[in-house]
Amino acid sequence: MRTGAAMLEKPSVLELIYATIDEVNQTRPPDRQVQKRPETALFGSASILDSLGLVNVIVGVEQRIAEQFGIAVTLADEKAMSQRNSPFRTIDTLADYVLSLANA
Amino acid sequence: MGAEQVLVITGTRKGIGRYLSEYYLEQGWTVAGCSREESDLRHDRYVHYCLDVADEAGVKQMMFDLQKRFGGVGGLLNNAGIASMNHILLTPLTTVQRIFNTNVIGTFLFCREAAKLMQRARYGRIVNFATVATPLNLEGESIYAASKAAVESLTRVLARELAPLGITVNAVGPTPVQTDLIRSVPQAKMQSLLARQAINRFGVMRDISNVTDFFLRRESDFVTGQVLYLGGV
Repeated sequence: MRTGAAMLEKPSVLELIYATIDEVNQTRPPDRQVQKRPETALFGSASILDSLGLVNVIVGVEQRIAEQFGIAVTLADEKAMSQRNSPFRTIDTLADYVLSLANA
Repeated sequence: MGAEQVLVITGTRKGIGRYLSEYYLEQGWTVAGCSREESDLRHDRYVHYCLDVADEAGVKQMMFDLQKRFGGVGGLLNNAGIASMNHILLTPLTTVQRIFNTNVIGTFLFCREAAKLMQRARYGRIVNFATVATPLNLEGESIYAASKAAVESLTRVLARELAPLGITVNAVGPTPVQTDLIRSVPQAKMQSLLARQAINRFGVMRDISNVTDFFLRRESDFVTGQVLYLGGV
């Protein structure tokens, strides 16, 4: 779901996700920091985030999109939770997913 | 004024919601209220949103606006609720859907969206509204009681899911209070209901704010997942 009319581009979305990761990392021990790279896994066995950590990232990204771009998106919709290839696999797939929703 | 002092109350146009709005304004909170229709409550710390609590886009937009205005919210009183008394054999499906939309889906949406704002501050107080009709298994109130049973389950499970985020989730279960909600209930029915309480009187508004005061307090950070019934039920 979205309301608003701003057009988003990938670099700004990645930056926004990295800012969210910075916030999440503040609550994590130094040896459990999430790396700010497109290929970083967020979901599945390769991720160092537990389920609550992933929730924090998703909600944080939703809020930053609302704040910075004035767009209300719901990232965890039914489609996202049932997709075989989850859009939350990596930072890169999350960025693509945000773009697809925000620019729909 | 910090976001912690911003209190969202649903269903504020009349009844208990209106009372709670005025009461918490007096206590110094900033109150963000909502109802389907406009409110005539005017106060420099009151903002009103016209929305249906079961409308996802409307609820998200309200929270988005509160984030912009105040930087977050500290408390939520999920007061909005509707009831309908009827025998199961005479209950239309549309009534069931209407009651579940407001009481269950509305509570869920406000919990979810408010918790998204609260989790950033690692602080929040959510109070849902249950009813004594659920534990008393009142005849004629199957759908209302069932919808509030769902609210109790939501309360207990959300308490666990949101505890790591510093958010407590509790519920108050009022006895009948003389508002529009029970206006059409026959007098005899009401008297037999009051007789089942340990303390046989109607609830008053202050009984409810006494409980919400306790759940909203910063010191109540070790109290979560509780449903507190009034009247000794």
